[in-house]
Amino acid sequence: MKSRGQTTIIAAACLAVSLAASVEALRRVDQVRPQATLDEVLYINSPTVLKRASLGYDGLLADIYWTRAVQYFGNRHHNYAQSYNLLAPLLEITTTLDPHLLVAYQFGASFLAPKPPNGAGQSDRAVQLMEYGIQNNPNEWRLYYNLGFVYYTELKDFGKAADAFARGSQVPGAHPFLRVLAGLMAQHAGDFETARALWAATYQTSQDKLIRQNAAEHLRALRVDQDVTNLQGAVTRFGQRKGRLPSSISELAAAEGLRGIPVDPDGNPYRMTAEGRILVQNPDDFPFITKGTPPGYKPTGAPKLHDKP
Amino acid sequence: MSARIVHIASNTFREAVRDRVLYNLIAFALLLSGAAILVGQISIDIERLVVINLGLTAVSLFGVVIAIFIGIGLVSKEIEKRTLYTVLSRPVRRWEFIVGKFFGLAGTLVVNTFFMAIGVFAALLYVSHKFTRPDALILVALYFIVLQFLIICSLALLFSSFSSPLLSAVFAFSLFVIGSFAEDLRGFAAMTHGLTRWLATGAAYLVPNFSAFNVITTIAHEQPVAGPLILGNTIYALFYAGMALSGAVLIFEHRNLK
Repeated sequence: MKSRGQTTIIAAACLAVSLAASVEALRRVDQVRPQATLDEVLYINSPTVLKRASLGYDGLLADIYWTRAVQYFGNRHHNYAQSYNLLAPLLEITTTLDPHLLVAYQFGASFLAPKPPNGAGQSDRAVQLMEYGIQNNPNEWRLYYNLGFVYYTELKDFGKAADAFARGSQVPGAHPFLRVLAGLMAQHAGDFETARALWAATYQTSQDKLIRQNAAEHLRALRVDQDVTNLQGAVTRFGQRKGRLPSSISELAAAEGLRGIPVDPDGNPYRMTAEGRILVQNPDDFPFITKGTPPGYKPTGAPKLHDKP
Repeated sequence: MSARIVHIASNTFREAVRDRVLYNLIAFALLLSGAAILVGQISIDIERLVVINLGLTAVSLFGVVIAIFIGIGLVSKEIEKRTLYTVLSRPVRRWEFIVGKFFGLAGTLVVNTFFMAIGVFAALLYVSHKFTRPDALILVALYFIVLQFLIICSLALLFSSFSSPLLSAVFAFSLFVIGSFAEDLRGFAAMTHGLTRWLATGAAYLVPNFSAFNVITTIAHEQPVAGPLILGNTIYALFYAGMALSGAVLIFEHRNLK
């Protein structure tokens, strides 16, 4: 018995040591060949072949591919990647395996459409994905809404955006704002107010935290863009009136009759360069702004998303 | 059902439990609870879908594997251990032995599925915090999975009645894979002409059609399953299992056991 006990202890110790050593060895191997195990590999890129190979368990495979798409996008987005070559195939496989996986269309389009580094910059693939989603789920008004959104925000094709919103408004149970958006597209497509209405509608109608955060971030960015546009106009007017640039933003505010120095959504005052350029203090806090950043600005880290606009 | 069949069935069930078949429940519980927690962190908005898809797929695949690997040994093991001669020396007919084995294995799988179903519902409650009316549809998917098991059990027994365990496993698993493509087979048959068409159509109807039983994805999206499909699948499974079981009985009745 004593001998058996000793053997047990020695075997258990060997097992634990071997396990720890093998884990450590594998970690070192991974250091030698970084990214070798996960990225940029799509062993089977035919959605049809994968669907057949799933032996009918295509729902689970679709979930796995959707998770892979999310992880792929997340990793590359975090590293400010300029290319997302596998994203569209991953989404196509996911939606072929499960054509009713709505989340893959809704998020997939917002991963595909924006320009790098915020997305893959593949608006045409985003449109194809949404049209495929609508074809398979014609009664889901949110898909028409997402399609219109891609046309509006990325392709600037206001006519097609209006058409998508109008088609969605005819779906039974569609949210009434689709009809309003269709009208806005037709008349005031390029206005800040139209963009604000779109993102506000997204913010108000979605239950998903990430979608709401994304909408909140866009609403914050829109406010900054509009503020910077207005202040830049004020600088121009000041120059026309006085023949020189304002010496400080305080002087500009006084000349415009403002109560104080205008502030961004975080409460930080806007600043003005010697050349009369209006800038936000912390551009990294507004990942979607198109104005108010210094020349050649590049984000320095992953943005912190806000829950409210 | 005769008392002899019930005895053989209950012995088969006890033997399966002694063989630690139900240990797969531990693997299942770990798989499901792990997935429920993990997916919430690494994916977006599919926690409920994953619990249903993964849970029901695991119920189905675990059951198929158990049905094949237990089913193929039901007859040959008894011959190998020579216990079959003891059984048949008593007033037990050969067909009763086969039918009893079938019900024993089917019972094992039903009990296994019952515990796994509890696991699926528990995981669902964990991710959704409440049950909704569409969750009841999961019971339909589980019912279809059990029907699928009946067919596979009968096929495993059929092969076991005349072949070695290894070959029986290969035959049964191949038929499971082919059965998953049964609708494609019928599509191919429709493209041919003349005698080929007859033969291909016959082959397509001879292999089990498992695709009709797989409603996991449909149910995961809370879409209802038509009543006629439930009825049709029930009738089909009973007749197909009956056919394979009759084949097993026929072969076993005429098998020389000396």
